[in-house]
Amino acid sequence: MLGRAANGVFWMSRYLERAENTARLIDVGFHLALTRGNRQSQDEEWKSVLTTTGLLDDYCSKHTDFAGTQVFNYLLRDRDNPGSVLSMVENARTNARVVRTSLTNAVWETTNEGWMHLRDLLARPVRETNLGEVLIQIRRTGTLVRGAIEGTMLRNEVFNFSRIGTFIERADNTARILDVKYYVLLPSAAWVGSSLDNVQWDTLLRSVAGNRAYSWLNAGSMDPRGIAKFLILDGQFPRSLVFSYEKIRSNMAGLAKEYGHEVPAHQLLRDAGAKLHQTSIEEIFEGGLHEFLQDFIGKTIEIAGAIAADYRFSE
Amino acid sequence: MSAETGTNFDEMLNADGSVRPAYAEFRQWFDGQDKGWLRRQDAEAERFFRRIGITFNVYGDDAAEERLIPFDMIPRIITAREWRKLTRGIEQRVRALNAFLQDLYHRQEIIRSGRLPIEALRNNDAFLTQMIGFTPPGGVYTHIVGIDLVRTGPDDFMVLEDNARTPSGVSYMLENRETMMAMFPELFTKIPVRPVSDYPRRLARSLRACAPPAFRGDKGSRPVVAVLTPGIFNSAYFEHAFLADQMGAELVEGNDLRVVDGRVCMRTTTGYKAIDVIYRRVDDDYLDPLTFNPNSALGIAGIFDVYRSGGVTIANAPGTGIADDKAIYSYMPEIVEFYTGEKPILQNVPTWRCSEADSLGYVLDNLADLVVKEVHGSGGYGMLIGPTSSKKEIADFEAKLRAKPANYIAQPTLSLSTVPIFQKEGLAPRHVDLRPFVLVSPDGIDITPGGLTRVALKKGSLVVNSSQGGGTKDSWVLDE
Repeated sequence: MLGRAANGVFWMSRYLERAENTARLIDVGFHLALTRGNRQSQDEEWKSVLTTTGLLDDYCSKHTDFAGTQVFNYLLRDRDNPGSVLSMVENARTNARVVRTSLTNAVWETTNEGWMHLRDLLARPVRETNLGEVLIQIRRTGTLVRGAIEGTMLRNEVFNFSRIGTFIERADNTARILDVKYYVLLPSAAWVGSSLDNVQWDTLLRSVAGNRAYSWLNAGSMDPRGIAKFLILDGQFPRSLVFSYEKIRSNMAGLAKEYGHEVPAHQLLRDAGAKLHQTSIEEIFEGGLHEFLQDFIGKTIEIAGAIAADYRFSE
Repeated sequence: MSAETGTNFDEMLNADGSVRPAYAEFRQWFDGQDKGWLRRQDAEAERFFRRIGITFNVYGDDAAEERLIPFDMIPRIITAREWRKLTRGIEQRVRALNAFLQDLYHRQEIIRSGRLPIEALRNNDAFLTQMIGFTPPGGVYTHIVGIDLVRTGPDDFMVLEDNARTPSGVSYMLENRETMMAMFPELFTKIPVRPVSDYPRRLARSLRACAPPAFRGDKGSRPVVAVLTPGIFNSAYFEHAFLADQMGAELVEGNDLRVVDGRVCMRTTTGYKAIDVIYRRVDDDYLDPLTFNPNSALGIAGIFDVYRSGGVTIANAPGTGIADDKAIYSYMPEIVEFYTGEKPILQNVPTWRCSEADSLGYVLDNLADLVVKEVHGSGGYGMLIGPTSSKKEIADFEAKLRAKPANYIAQPTLSLSTVPIFQKEGLAPRHVDLRPFVLVSPDGIDITPGGLTRVALKKGSLVVNSSQGGGTKDSWVLDE
């Protein structure tokens, strides 16, 4: 396939994944802000959502306060914000249009319809009363497109580049969410086991749709180390770092099989994957959770860059 | 002549209101349908088009970057007898066009014979000196042609325009049929309509038949075909993607291509791979910055050298635009006769060349009754329709015409035929034209039955161009 088309399906999937993750972050920010009495800690929550999405500076250049409605409208529908859900869904759809000949009709149509629907839904300012519905629709769009890809695409290079895009983005997003909140998982004598901690931990899990799964696996008991282990090293949880890397590895293996040879990105990924597998949660905390996550985020960017270069995404 | 509806030829109804035979079965079906249901089907068709993304970008209109070309559910119906005559005329004309191009870029016999003045070529940007002395693979210049026809009476079809560069609209022909078959399947069991759906397959076959000398066909391999598009912001991007998809060809942009070892190659995930036939949907100017427009960001440096040395086929060939130039158009009757030795089967619309003093005088005296077009214009832009223009518009146009007469041709305002469209109030007659699509290969000329019917949606309007608010209809050729 064309390098440009591989780039197109890769980014289409990344944008959809990121739009969905942004919706989830807004959901959590909103719930948390509701549970906070004072304005200052509400502001802190929204600020941390903006930090996670990497948009705090851009937001501050346009706005002077962190009123919830203003923040989530900025994140959902500000056309001048390239990281808004509307911009990203539009980008995903533009990429789908570019690579339309590589997609099945079902994938193109769900992407196009999702875009049309969200564009209409986000045409007017979102209010607190309809925020929930809007967020559900954003997540549903991502789910439908993934389902169409899963259900209708040949398991070939197009499929593999799409999946690699999804899981590169997911690995990056989970790591960033964890990194912005890593301090809530650090041992702190004063707060251990306090109800505030429980809320924080629950929030973190909700941000990656992992609260139910974690509770189920741990019979409802929460501890910071267990949560970190779950989000980083759990091989069953579909948004963990290990899971995401395993998917990237398997789809990269698919490409090597189809093309009959490996590229340098394969070795890079193998090294990073091996390192991740051999690391225990104790070692991560000893070396510093923040340092570990920074290193992981950097490595993921490096792998994505190598994939783009090795498969000639651009000239 | 008048542009008013009512005085012109209506393809469905006789002057006394009775239904013409071509439409008899359709009209009987239509009259039996619940109108509320038809209206709901109409709305459904629009949703269908939006969802699959058949859109059209209108230049200079940001708010509506992607628009639908309105689709009207009343088909345009052509009888087998009418179509037989049309195909003979179209084939004759397309044969002449290719022979004309071959001649223009070689011995120029038509000019030596005095049938075409040399002025028609001089200072004409559409004539590419780079093509002189070169014969494209298979001897084919215009692989895909769209002949725009208008009708003024039962047996009076005329050619309004030849599209020999990159005629567009064929995806609408195909999707309109798909839509009609999905909306009203029972119609197609009642009425024998000739299919159009194999156009992409025929196009692919026709393009592969023009493979360049560099294609060797080792191990039974087939020529690699790619559709070259300017990209998603082009007004016809949907069509480019659609055709590539339907043909199983790659859809490439200029920056996917590069010349490697004397071949034009596309950048794939595993390296550069040679292309044999490029169905290009970009203008000549944007093909090769080394040979043509040095400022083009769309072209492929060196592609023209590869072309001339037999490394790639470009369809349509560069320089075919000279054949659909509006100044050349006025000579088409002579051109057809010169190369085929026969009288033209399809007539031209009478045309005054404003470059000639006598004609200019006549045109200036009769501006209010004429249609005046720019020689190099297209898409319905930069033209004057005398009968529907204000005094000021006519005066303004007159100034432009006097300043540069050679830039214009004029034609009478034709009384175009009408076909009804479906409206809330019922059926209403609107003016139409027809663009049949013609494929040319060394194996022969292949005309898809029907084509694209464009319809002016405004009452009395003669402008059918989609860029000017025209719509389209499914076009039926009835089986024998």
